[in-house]
Amino acid sequence: MNKVNQSPAIVSPSAEAQPISGSEILIRSLLAEGVETIFGYPGGAIMPVFDALYDHKERIKHILVRHEQGAVHAAQGYARVSDKVGVALVTSGPGATNAITGITDAMMDSTPLVVISGQVISSLLGSDAFQEADVIGITQPITKWAYQIRRVEDIAWAVSRAFHIAASGRPGPVVLDIAKDTQVNKCIFDYQKTSFLRSYQPVPDMDEEQIRMAAELISNAKKPYALVGQGVILGHAEKELVAFLEKADVPFASTILGLSAVPTDHPLNCGMLGMHGNVAPNLKTNECDVLIAIGMRFDDRVTGDLKTYAKQAKVIHFDIDPAEINKNVQTTVKVVGDVKQTLPKVTEHLQKGSHQEWRAEFKPFDKKEFETVISNELFPGTGPIKMGEVVHKVTEATQNSAICVTDVGQHQMMSTRYFKYTQTRSLVTSGGLGTMGFGLPAGIGAKYGAPDRTVCIFVGDGGLQMTIQEFGTILEYGVDVKIILLNNNYLGMVRQWQELFFDERYSETHLKNPDFIKIADAYNIRGRKVTEREELDGAIDEMLSHKGAYLLEVVVETKGMVYPMIPSGGCVTNILLGNGHKL
Amino acid sequence: MSENRTLYTITVFSENTVGVLNQITTIFTRRQLNIETLSVSPSAIKGIHKFTITTFSDNEEVIKKLIPLIDKRVDILKAYYNTNEDLVHQELALYKLSTEKVLEHGSIEYLVRKYNVRILEVSTDCVVFLKAGHYEETQGLFDELADTIGVLQFVRSGRIAITKSKVERLSDMLAKREQDNQDRLNSL
Repeated sequence: MNKVNQSPAIVSPSAEAQPISGSEILIRSLLAEGVETIFGYPGGAIMPVFDALYDHKERIKHILVRHEQGAVHAAQGYARVSDKVGVALVTSGPGATNAITGITDAMMDSTPLVVISGQVISSLLGSDAFQEADVIGITQPITKWAYQIRRVEDIAWAVSRAFHIAASGRPGPVVLDIAKDTQVNKCIFDYQKTSFLRSYQPVPDMDEEQIRMAAELISNAKKPYALVGQGVILGHAEKELVAFLEKADVPFASTILGLSAVPTDHPLNCGMLGMHGNVAPNLKTNECDVLIAIGMRFDDRVTGDLKTYAKQAKVIHFDIDPAEINKNVQTTVKVVGDVKQTLPKVTEHLQKGSHQEWRAEFKPFDKKEFETVISNELFPGTGPIKMGEVVHKVTEATQNSAICVTDVGQHQMMSTRYFKYTQTRSLVTSGGLGTMGFGLPAGIGAKYGAPDRTVCIFVGDGGLQMTIQEFGTILEYGVDVKIILLNNNYLGMVRQWQELFFDERYSETHLKNPDFIKIADAYNIRGRKVTEREELDGAIDEMLSHKGAYLLEVVVETKGMVYPMIPSGGCVTNILLGNGHKL
Repeated sequence: MSENRTLYTITVFSENTVGVLNQITTIFTRRQLNIETLSVSPSAIKGIHKFTITTFSDNEEVIKKLIPLIDKRVDILKAYYNTNEDLVHQELALYKLSTEKVLEHGSIEYLVRKYNVRILEVSTDCVVFLKAGHYEETQGLFDELADTIGVLQFVRSGRIAITKSKVERLSDMLAKREQDNQDRLNSL
């Protein structure tokens, strides 16, 4: 290569002592943090960084997405499955504002991200310059930390802080907004990893008294019940959780984001909580005597009406974020700290429990749910293909070993209800923000985060079209993702609400759709459309055995419903089963 | 507005970086809390700023939940709240009056004695009074001046406050954090 085209870092053997450009410093800082993959999209104000990236192709893989929203969702998918910090690189102005949805999504779902946006040169800041946006002002409320870099000397420092903040404690997104002149100015590169900030305590101090009280409450409980959230996964405490649950003999259910922390078939696993969760887990919330919430935040989709939620129970709340304690549900015992440390401490103090009778109380409701909802959804036999049926067949065909990525809507609820897991970090879904368009790019990112695993992306016909441009990313890099489009020609979840709560007035929810297989074909993605049940198994096998991306479009029941359902803001025991069934 | 609302004083210590105020105010905005007064200045510890914010609420729970949300921002060192009973608090007010009218009225000595006013400036055009006190006191003087002499300009500072009971333990907290970090590094 011509030396002139290389960065000073590579040209000079004694580069450490030489001043190098801010862009080079940025890339080297990312390398120092172990970054191997970046999702991004270039533009004017970030061009020097992309230029520096050109010299480091061997060490940092940049994935050129087709829209900045896709970059951030891909970084989210990558982070969620790989347990690394996801990195997105975008330009100023519209590049940065396009990233906002993903950043907010990551904030809601505690996903560690570093989003780097270009910014206009510092002398133009505040002048409404071309492609200038107040990125810090916009992103402060939706990030753990947002910082504008205006001096080249601050780049390494800011990157180091950003990674520490994004990944530690309760993880979350960080935005670094880097003015273009700092990308070209030079200084000496000196990278110091950050592990301490005096103003930031990522893990609050454990309180031994509360630990002892929690253990005592659980040991004396007659009907203890645990709610497992994503905090367990983020805190790498899956083993500690199982040890705790087994010693206490406590049945548990998961929030959506907590799914896959413990294998689906674990004998204590009672299923999923929430609006479309399983019947017994929701009902038993209002019957248990001790409710043990572990790394979950009592989202309104889980609790329904707080005035009637678990009022009979003493509540123990494990969380790393003190702001979550008593935010929605009043706790009796708060166990703040890192769940990987607090859980074993509680387990240590526990007496060995046995709650067979209490656990058996869940069973009749499981049976009821199976008979009234599940069997018809998974094994309808005749009639239109059901969403749940497809999810069930896909998870079985992968021996429950795949990563499940979803978009948002009915298919998401069906996927989270019926997909099964044998290992942790196997579900990527937009839980808190409920972002349509999340699935496809997040699935692409997940494949980069776990290249050896099968990634199944469940999408609806509405959500797919929100980020369908990412077919281009699949085309460019040959990303081997399996896309299962559950097409009902409706914005199904909104349609369901219209049917139930708006007198069947289907306002703007029917979609006239394109030929998705043709679109896929144009992007060199193998595709197959299935309308008949008989073809389904064969098509799933074909999809899974195909080397490369595959779009399986399944035409499903037009007016399918997701049951059970707890109407928004209702009591967790007010469960609709549909089709005239009563609890 | 509800009559049984309470004025809460929220104290925040932060690193002195750009944009901290915005981080704090967005937390108020999201919860529909109106900031009544705000005072920001360097604290006793170098590099650390102190915010004193007052806000009305008819529900202490709302304020209780607000504190950890402020506290958890990366640039914030500590946040807590108090009600008036826990605090020694003060505001400053400046009043600009027409010299001519003041002389006409002839009541300077009365005002100075009654309100403990300090006179900061006298010129042929105007007189500037300074009064320190609680809101009711600075307002009392304003009302009397407005009724009698007339006020050309008026400004009141945000509240500053010091807790009665507790010693400010920010320096202890910082020392503990530094020590914990040192212990952590040593154990590696």
